Amino acid sequence: MTLEYLQNYWWLLVSILGGILVFLLFVQGGQSMLLSTRSAERRELIVNSLGRKWELTFTTLVVFGGAAFASFPLFYSTSFGGAYWLWLIILFSFILQAVSYEFRNKRGNIYGTGTYDLFLFLNGLIGCVLLGVAVGMFFFGGEFTVSRGSLLDNTAPVISNWAPSHGFEAMADWRNLVLGIAVFFLARTLACLYMINNIDNYPYRDSLRQRCLIYGGCFLIFFLWFLGVLLTTTGYAYTTDDFGNTTIIPIGCKYFYNYIDLWWAGLTLLIGVGLTLFGWISTVMRRNYTYGIWPTGFGVFLVVASLFWVAGYNDTAFYPSTIDPDSSLTIRNASSSHFTLTVMSYVSLLIPVVVLYIAYVWHCMDRRKISIDELRTADHKY
Amino acid sequence: MEDLMTVVDWSRWQFALTAIYHWLFVPLTLGLSVIVAIMETIYVRTNSPKWLAATKFWMTLFGINFAIGVATGLVLEFEFGTNWSNYSWFVGDIFGAPLAIEGIVAFFMESTFVAVMFFGWDKVSRGFHLTATWLTAIGASISALWILVANAWMQYPAGTEFDPVQMRNIMTDFWALFSGVAVNKFFHAVFSGWALAGVFVIGVSCWMLFINRNTAFAQRSIKVGAWTGLAGLLLTMYTGDGSAVEVTRCQPMKLAAMEGLYHGSSEQSLVAFGLVNPDKSWNNTEDEYLFAFEIPYGLSILANHDMHSFVPGIADIINGVSVNAQGDTINTISYAERIARGKQAHEALRRFDIARANGDKTAMAAAQQALQADYPYFGYGYFDSVDEAIPPVGVTFYSFRIMVILGSYFLLFYVLVLIGVYYREWLYRARWMQVVAILSVPLMWVCSEAGWIVAEVGRQPWTVQDLLPTRAAISSLPASSVITTFWLFAGIFTILLIAEVSIMMHQISIRSSQDLETANTY
Repeated sequence: MTLEYLQNYWWLLVSILGGILVFLLFVQGGQSMLLSTRSAERRELIVNSLGRKWELTFTTLVVFGGAAFASFPLFYSTSFGGAYWLWLIILFSFILQAVSYEFRNKRGNIYGTGTYDLFLFLNGLIGCVLLGVAVGMFFFGGEFTVSRGSLLDNTAPVISNWAPSHGFEAMADWRNLVLGIAVFFLARTLACLYMINNIDNYPYRDSLRQRCLIYGGCFLIFFLWFLGVLLTTTGYAYTTDDFGNTTIIPIGCKYFYNYIDLWWAGLTLLIGVGLTLFGWISTVMRRNYTYGIWPTGFGVFLVVASLFWVAGYNDTAFYPSTIDPDSSLTIRNASSSHFTLTVMSYVSLLIPVVVLYIAYVWHCMDRRKISIDELRTADHKY
Repeated sequence: MEDLMTVVDWSRWQFALTAIYHWLFVPLTLGLSVIVAIMETIYVRTNSPKWLAATKFWMTLFGINFAIGVATGLVLEFEFGTNWSNYSWFVGDIFGAPLAIEGIVAFFMESTFVAVMFFGWDKVSRGFHLTATWLTAIGASISALWILVANAWMQYPAGTEFDPVQMRNIMTDFWALFSGVAVNKFFHAVFSGWALAGVFVIGVSCWMLFINRNTAFAQRSIKVGAWTGLAGLLLTMYTGDGSAVEVTRCQPMKLAAMEGLYHGSSEQSLVAFGLVNPDKSWNNTEDEYLFAFEIPYGLSILANHDMHSFVPGIADIINGVSVNAQGDTINTISYAERIARGKQAHEALRRFDIARANGDKTAMAAAQQALQADYPYFGYGYFDSVDEAIPPVGVTFYSFRIMVILGSYFLLFYVLVLIGVYYREWLYRARWMQVVAILSVPLMWVCSEAGWIVAEVGRQPWTVQDLLPTRAAISSLPASSVITTFWLFAGIFTILLIAEVSIMMHQISIRSSQDLETANTY
């Protein structure tokens, strides 16, 4: 396998992980609905329904980071070390989430159930919006430079340098925020669909259907806004010479042309949008339909994967630098070596096994829907 | 970049803080998961509700600990990027792979099956539930395997070469990651988790004995905890011995710092306990210790398994006398010369970069040849004096002794507990021993953390041994940002730790007052 092939393969895997991560953000979406849920009984249902899945979202985030580190270390190095505050705020929100499920209902938790519910809410809000902002930077760029020669500068031996705002400027970029808010409403929509499927409580399902209509509508508005901006924005194409030097060329409507050139990515986007709308509309319109999470979830996965594809394929810089275009990261100049990508590719053959056992366990655990009666008699509950 | 060393120091403090917090929870997860799995196995084989009750009790405590372990672990992975971005690029080609494999192979296993452990009692068969419990325990150990392989590679970088075009190291031999250093480190860390969890189970059970509640439950738990813990401790000691030999050959400076030894000798004694002289440096004539109680031949035996062998001290190593990978004493080059050759390597890399930019292949080849000759000392090129290449001696020396002395104490502890359990069951009546067991619980954490401090402080100033010092591994950040996040981490982790300990104590207290002989009490 050539290096180029492996780089493309690993970008595909990163795209798949990104798609799965956004689908699993239904956990965060549900958490963000906690504080607006007045009924204590319904809160218990939400927390215990989501609580059996939160580790999957968390783990997918960690694996996304690990895969990015292993396959595109220059991205890992530049983005995490540069957009410091963006990533740290995301991390802090996930730290709070990780303990909150287990601690919230335990005696002796000191700070009270309400505090842990607030933590879950904050993770739901901040996690979704800022992960959207972070993904937005794949299209709208960051203020960084990369100079490998700096490694030899004894007074400042760091190759990636970022604007002094270190991530706050990305959070203030309205285009990133549009995507972040779209992700937030998407997560809430997915959460409604998931809980309609997972919770055995008819009155609450009706309430969730109403919420799903509103959140899905808001998501559509922000997603179409983001898509409009994306398809008209200027992206960076690149060429690489024999010595490994990269030349960047700005191209108007780059991502629109990418969807045309990569017709399969465009088709994936359309199928994804279609499935997303099908699951959402079916759930909202049909009172007895509880399976919307699956077509919508798969649709979201396809849409996100296609966005990653147009971000990195077709000779496109997947992490553009807005202050020094030649520093932009591409899947060619940011990747690991041929040897490492090969080793990791063998490891990636385990992914289908992982997906299969997760699916089997999910099936076993969700065969019987969660109900108030179950929570009253449960050995272990959140 | 503002005040380089301030950023370096605060980045180190932040990583140390988050790693120490994380390690408060990891060993208990590693050990308690195994103990829970053993108890559940007995339950499945005997169908006894008493063992089901024991399984569920310890599983509850495991769950509380697991959650905060996950929370603190997330930070460490991302900190490599946020605070050590140069490191992430320079060796990311090697270091990233184990982290990604850890996620794919271990984290998903843990996170999937831990849900079955807690919520699957009436949703899956008993056999499936038991399998899930074991897979959670195995997943935790596999996770430890990959992160410790990565850590060991930083201490003994093998299977790589430098790519001057990309200005980074690339992997050339995946299996080289599984060096003797890695194997010893993995087993040492995992088995120490068993030892720690054993003390935890015994301590909590002795609390029940002390208040005279659930004594039969406590006795059952003590037996499983003591045997698992003793096995863990003995294996920890065995692999610790292997680690000492590896350190001698791969990081002789760390061994010298662990011992506070400046001038080594053959038949070198080991300081059992003592005080290092803070005024001592490698180039003055002060005494090494203010006082020391020494074990003759001890260090030679520890380092080389040969009582007559030579063990170099800090000054010897700086002057070029060391031990090679085979354990033979060699005359290598001095640190002053290493620094000079490291700077030559930097200069050759600069020439290579200029030649590459100009497309001059002849000059590139010449520069690359010069670079290859001096590359083993590349990291030394960042230093201006040999003093920068010496780890903090005091912290390493005292941490090593705390680890060893407490480790020896716990061997005695386990033997006493097992005698107490099986010889006329006097443990169940000896209240002083129950108090000792309860008080021993925090000491086990001190011992465990001390081990990591020896490993990580002792390898300073290196992020990657001989290749990348910490000062060249950081991110380009203002010191104020790192200081702010340090205190944020300190505050949040402390708040969560207080809650975790409080919940644990409440759970132990509440459940101790219930009848734990049947699982129906939950």
